[in-house]
Amino acid sequence: MITSFLLKSLDRRISIAILVLLAIAVLVPVLNLAFPKASALHMPTYVMQLFGKYLNYALLALALDLVWGFCGILSLGHGAFFALGGYAMGMYLMRQIGSRGSYGDPVLPDFMVFLNWKTLPWFWHGFDMFWFAMVMVFVAPGVLAFIFGWFAFRSRVNGVYLSIITQAMTYALMLAFFRNDMGFGGNNGLTDFKDIIGFEVQADSTRAVLFAASAIALALSLLIASGIVRSKAGKVLVGIRDAESRTRFLGYRVENYKLFTFVVSAMMAGVAGALYVPQVGIINPGEFAPGNSIEVVIWTAVGGRGTLIGPILGAILVNGGKTIFTGIWPEFWLFALGALFVAVTLFLPKGIVGTVAEFMAKRKAKPAAAQKTAEATGAEQAEAAQ
Amino acid sequence: MSDMKTYKPNSLLYLDGVSVSFDGFKALNSLSFVVEPGELRAIIGPNGAGKTTMMDIITGKTRPDSGEVFFNGTVDLTTKDEADIAQLGIGRKFQKPTVFESHTVWDNLELALNRKRGVFGTLFYKLSGEDKDRIEEILATVRLTHRKDDLGANLSHGQKQWLEIGMLLAQEPKLLLVDEPVAGMTDAETSETAILLREIAKTRSVVVVEHDMGFIRDLGVKVTCLAEGSVLAEGSIDFVSNDPKVIENYLGR
Repeated sequence: MITSFLLKSLDRRISIAILVLLAIAVLVPVLNLAFPKASALHMPTYVMQLFGKYLNYALLALALDLVWGFCGILSLGHGAFFALGGYAMGMYLMRQIGSRGSYGDPVLPDFMVFLNWKTLPWFWHGFDMFWFAMVMVFVAPGVLAFIFGWFAFRSRVNGVYLSIITQAMTYALMLAFFRNDMGFGGNNGLTDFKDIIGFEVQADSTRAVLFAASAIALALSLLIASGIVRSKAGKVLVGIRDAESRTRFLGYRVENYKLFTFVVSAMMAGVAGALYVPQVGIINPGEFAPGNSIEVVIWTAVGGRGTLIGPILGAILVNGGKTIFTGIWPEFWLFALGALFVAVTLFLPKGIVGTVAEFMAKRKAKPAAAQKTAEATGAEQAEAAQ
Repeated sequence: MSDMKTYKPNSLLYLDGVSVSFDGFKALNSLSFVVEPGELRAIIGPNGAGKTTMMDIITGKTRPDSGEVFFNGTVDLTTKDEADIAQLGIGRKFQKPTVFESHTVWDNLELALNRKRGVFGTLFYKLSGEDKDRIEEILATVRLTHRKDDLGANLSHGQKQWLEIGMLLAQEPKLLLVDEPVAGMTDAETSETAILLREIAKTRSVVVVEHDMGFIRDLGVKVTCLAEGSVLAEGSIDFVSNDPKVIENYLGR
C-alpha cells in the first residue's frame, strides 16, 4: 500500500529533483572533505553551510506549498513551526553542553544558572536523549498545528482571516519566547552548542553530515508531498482550494483534509528548523518574527506555488540573491525583495516553474489539439451518418 | 398542519412548518411539503420566494429557526452537516455550475464517485476496474466521453451543467436537488436536459428548481409554486398556472 503510494508520486520532474538532491547530498560533502583546501575542487565549509541553510529554507517553502498551493490555506505563520522544530533541536544541543558551559552546571544550561533557577523545568526533561528530541521535532509543531487547525478549520475560518490569525499566532509565540520566564533562553535564545550525538558541531565532517541530512530530508519530503498531491486525497485538496462548498456537498469533510495537510506541513517545517539550528549555531525568538513567515510566501510565489519543485527553486534563488545583495548593497535588499514580489505577482503569477511548465504544455498541446479536433469532427460525422 | 404527519413515514423528504429568517427577513415562512420516493418534482416561484434557502436547509448549509426536516421518514436533517447529508444520499446541483475547474472531467467524476470519503481512504485509493466502468458509464450518460481528459475550466457552460449532473449521479444519491439546471442553455440543450433528468428520475427522486416554464412543461411533472417562503399552490402545471394566486404573484397578468 505504502510502496504503491510512493511509486505513484514519482513523475519525471519529481524523480529528477530527487536524484539531483541525492547527488548533491553525496557530492558536496565529498568536495568539502576529500579535496585539500588548496585544490580548485575544494568546497569551502562556509559555502557548504550556506547551501545547507538554503536547503532547510527550501524544505520550509515546500511545506508551505503543500498547504497554500494545493489546499488554498495561505499560512503566514509557517515560521512558527520551523522555529519550534529548531527549539526542539536547540534544547537537545543545550543539554549536550553539560558541565562545559561557562557556569559548569552539569544539568542546567547557562541561562538558567544565570536566572538563579535551581531545577530543570519539566518541559526540558528528556531532551538529553537524541531520540526524544527528534520525536519532539515532529510532535511540537504537529501538536500546535493540530490544535490551531482543529479550531480554525472547524469554525470555517477562511481566506484572509485565516492568514491573519496564523500571523498573529507566530507573533504571539515570538513575544512569549522573548520572555525569560518561559524557560527557553529569552532574548538570547539557545546557542554555544558543543556537540551532536557525540560529534563536534563545528567540525567539517559534522557539517558535511548535516548538509547531507538536509538534502536527504528535502528529497524525502518531496517524495511524500508528491505522493499526497498525486493521490485521490490530493485531488480532494485541489477541489477544496478551487470549490470548497462543492467538495463539502460531495460528502468530504473539508476540515479533516485541511487539518491533515496542515499538520503534515507543520512537521516538515519543524524538520527544516531542526536541521537549520545546528548549522547556524543558534535559535532565538527572532525566528518567530512575522516577517520571516512572509518571506517564505515570497520564495514560494517566486518559484511557483502548487508545483512542489518551484518553492524549492524559489527559496534557493531568493536566498542566494539575498546573500549576494546584502553583501554588496545591504540597505537595498528589502526594496529589491519587495520589487521582486510585485514583479512576480504582476508578470509571473504562476512563478518561475509554473510559467515554464505552461509554456512547455502549450508547445506540446498545439499539434495534439489539432489532431484531436480532426478526430472529434470525424466522430461527429460518423454519429450523424448513423 | 397536523395532517402533514400522515405523510411522514412513507416520504423520502419531509418538511413541516419550516421557518427561517435572516436579519428579520422571513426567507421561509412555515414551509411544508413532501417528496415521495421516486418522484420528480418541479419547484417554481418568483425571486426571493425561498427556493434556494429551502435547498440550503435540506443540505445542511442553513439551520431552520423552527420546523421539522426529515429524510427517509426517520433521519432528522437539522442535526447533520453538509458532508453527513451528502453521505446519506442527498446530492445538490448549484445554480451556477460548480465543477472542479483545474481537474479533468474524469477526475471530477472520480472525486464524486460514491467511495470512501475519509482522508486515509482517499490517500491510498486505487482506481478499480469496476470504478472505471462506472465512470465510463456516467460519461456516456452525460454525453462527455469525448471530453474526459479536458479540464473542467475548458468546458462550455452547458457541458459544465451536465458534468455537474454527472457528478451527482456518481454520488449515487437517493434524492437529487437541482437548482436552475437550464439557466443559460440553448433551446436544444434545454430539451436534452429535460430528457436527461427524466431518465435520472427513473431510479431516484429529483427536485428541480426552475424559472423556465417551457422546460417545466417538457418535464411534465407535479409542480409546487412557492411565494414569500411558503407553498402557494401544488399540482399539475396546467392546474398551477391557472391558479389566480400564482398568476398574481408569479406569472403576472
